[in-house]
Amino acid sequence: MPVFCSSCENRRAVLKRPKTGHSVCKECFFWAFEEEVHHTIVSARLFNRGETVGIGASGGKDSTVLAHVMKVLNERYDYGLNLLLLSVDEGITGYRDDSLETVKRNQQQYDLPLKIVSYEELYGWTMDAIVKQVGLKNNCTFCGVFRRQALDRGAMMLKVDKICTGHNADDVAETVLMNVLRGDIARLRRCTAISTASEGDGVIPRCKPLKYAYEKEIVLYAYFKKLDYFSTECIYSPNAYRGHARTFLKDLEAVRPSAIMDVVHSGEHLSVREDVRMPVQGTCARCGYISSQALCKACVLLEGLNRGLPRLGIGKHHRLHGKILAQEPLTEREERKLRAVDF
Amino acid sequence: MCQVDEEYNALLESRSLPGVSRKCMKCKEGTAVLIIRAGDAFCRGCFKEYFIHKFRAMLGKNRVIFPGERVLLAVSGGLASSSMLAQVQEGLSRDAHKKLRFVPGLIYVDEGGASGQSLDERQRAVTQLEHLFQTTGFPYHIVALEEVFTLPTSVLEAVSAISESSASSYKTAVDQFIQNGGDSVGLRTQEPDSSLADAVAQLRTHDGQPSSCIPPADQSQALERLFASVKTLTAKEDLLQTLRHHLILHTARQRGYSKVMLGESCTRLAIKLLSSISLGRGAALAMDTGFADSRFGDVVIVRPMRDYSSKEIAFYNRLFSVPSTFTPGLDTKTSDKASIQRLTESFVTKLQADFPSTVSTIYRTSEKLQTARSGQTSDADPASKCLLCLCALDTAVEEASAFSATLLSERLSQGIKAAGSSPPAPAPAPAPVLGSDSGSAGQSCSSSAGGSGDGCCGGGGRGGGCCCSSSSVRLPVNSDLKSLLCYSCRLTIKDMTSVDTLPSYIGSEAERRKRRLEMRKEISEFLLDEDEDGDDEQLC
Repeated sequence: MPVFCSSCENRRAVLKRPKTGHSVCKECFFWAFEEEVHHTIVSARLFNRGETVGIGASGGKDSTVLAHVMKVLNERYDYGLNLLLLSVDEGITGYRDDSLETVKRNQQQYDLPLKIVSYEELYGWTMDAIVKQVGLKNNCTFCGVFRRQALDRGAMMLKVDKICTGHNADDVAETVLMNVLRGDIARLRRCTAISTASEGDGVIPRCKPLKYAYEKEIVLYAYFKKLDYFSTECIYSPNAYRGHARTFLKDLEAVRPSAIMDVVHSGEHLSVREDVRMPVQGTCARCGYISSQALCKACVLLEGLNRGLPRLGIGKHHRLHGKILAQEPLTEREERKLRAVDF
Repeated sequence: MCQVDEEYNALLESRSLPGVSRKCMKCKEGTAVLIIRAGDAFCRGCFKEYFIHKFRAMLGKNRVIFPGERVLLAVSGGLASSSMLAQVQEGLSRDAHKKLRFVPGLIYVDEGGASGQSLDERQRAVTQLEHLFQTTGFPYHIVALEEVFTLPTSVLEAVSAISESSASSYKTAVDQFIQNGGDSVGLRTQEPDSSLADAVAQLRTHDGQPSSCIPPADQSQALERLFASVKTLTAKEDLLQTLRHHLILHTARQRGYSKVMLGESCTRLAIKLLSSISLGRGAALAMDTGFADSRFGDVVIVRPMRDYSSKEIAFYNRLFSVPSTFTPGLDTKTSDKASIQRLTESFVTKLQADFPSTVSTIYRTSEKLQTARSGQTSDADPASKCLLCLCALDTAVEEASAFSATLLSERLSQGIKAAGSSPPAPAPAPAPVLGSDSGSAGQSCSSSAGGSGDGCCGGGGRGGGCCCSSSSVRLPVNSDLKSLLCYSCRLTIKDMTSVDTLPSYIGSEAERRKRRLEMRKEISEFLLDEDEDGDDEQLC
């Protein structure tokens, strides 16, 4: 008994949507997926006509699908946007080289300009060099902090108006669970916002057009559209704690398929009491970017690397913040605590 | 490097030494018998003092229970509720130096009909708990879950409590209580007699009705049909919790209790918080896991055991021989992935073993959450509350939200076209698949916007169509019921094959709310800006 498409009822269904459980054919799936992203963009008012939008491209499936869909919708509905690709080179041998090759091929396929910024340009350290200093345990902290700021810096170089990233519904739900497990009430309040436009001046707003798209549907779309993307995992990421939240989320999806959207819905409706103290946003005294401390996290980590004390930014370092700010040397006892020790 | 290594090794060695034998952290004399947290070693006596003090501090700090108030303790026989009962007995005993001041009662809800237990098993559990309740001397009520089929519709109405400023009224009540206590010593001698008389009266009623533990056969069959119509264990557990709350609430109102105590521990609330997030109940988290839950208005649910971890409770019950029983639930002997609640419990428990601060971190996060809407406005309008759980509705279809994205996905996957087999609900104009010029683009934008405007009704209708597509007679009932529910309860109802098996008070209240909405729609042009006053005047 062949299953027919629940949408057009003419063609045979080739897939069953993970999001709704309906069986659809290829053309209807393409149309539904693109219409959903379009509805997200229009209802959230993510872009204005004439804006320059930088697409964060890593070569993976999310950013590849995002670039493709943004180009399709920009032409179909005449958003009037100027699209370009923005990529970050972390300096990981054997991994980022191949993914950047994918981004360059995407640049040619989609005919979009491409800008690559690298950690070595901005910070003087590649990820390989950082891992040699820090070890395999905490290097994700460095990479996450550096990449976020690198994307902002690259966007400023290109003078774009907005940045869009390929975060999907699974990523947003995972972030909600992570922030609950870590007790991070400040991030819990804002981690489901689709755009960061309201957070401070001088910051390039970010948005997530794929916020309500399931990860499985993104893979299905890339597969049936035969999009070229890179899918190897990072070789330095044994991030155990996020793996727990991810495993839990996949199990939730197995029990009830709408659980991912349910978690996103919960995150959107969480409300924090007024008497809870929230961090106040300001700018870093050294590099001028957004920060809730006098010295931003990237500068603290960079100071640790340059001093040969890579654990400076990991853990609690509030007592040393004044000395770091004034660029004073640390005492022998303070340095001994921060030095990396291999057992 | 050699020096550094030596010093680190020395530190490691010195840290492992104190584990051999320890003294009590508090009194420094007795031998430690247990460790609550890393470094907190207690002897037997100090642990008891610490445990008892935390219970009274929790009640005293929140200032929710007034002197002389009647409090209903929900006891299931498990570790946490039995421990709560022991704390209340300890606080009310004569030799306590600061006695608790409220009047307790006990309630046990027999859920054997839902979990498939036999009559003998249920009778044995009830007898065991009844024996335990009688030894306490408190009045008790044993109800079966089947009694939800005889509940009135007032269970689903939030009666507005008289809102007072809690701090000043609490002090006034305490002062009055002290004055009354100080004035006449004779009253104190009479009070135990009257409480004993009440207890004897309660015992008589229960002794005179031995068959009250066995529910009527038609109610048992109705309960079996109700839980058989729910397809997933996740929805079953959610429905069971809702019905249990309704039953406890009704008993509290009937017997004149203004507070209900639940014995939920810190660990249980952390699991509940995560599973509530996974079920889509983000808007109601503060009520589900906070100390005081005032969604029902006149009856407030309090959770005095929420500072204790299940480990502490287990240690206390074992050291001081607190009696407890085990009653199987819906998820007993099921696999980890049988339901979302079961999966979350397994996840949190295993994560706690690896990261010992998991439960306390989740618990402290829940302390910082609150209900988004102010309680006063939602109390005034019962139509803005969920039909089942009475939390504020979180299903307003905002422009960019997960809910509207889900509704759009449902609509796009089914294909809204003017075909012969389209559902009877009115469908908006279909958007063109291949739009190439600006005119078509404009139409697509407007139809999308119009579609999202109708999203709530359309989505509800579509969901109803999905649930019972074979029968078009039930379609309006299901879609009408969905519009009265919050996000999470809609998912639960969606997992039911039929809403006819629900208890009649839920259907009656749904009908009443529907008529009220239609009434309001008819007179909406005459209502002034102050809707509440105008509405009240017109009704009067």
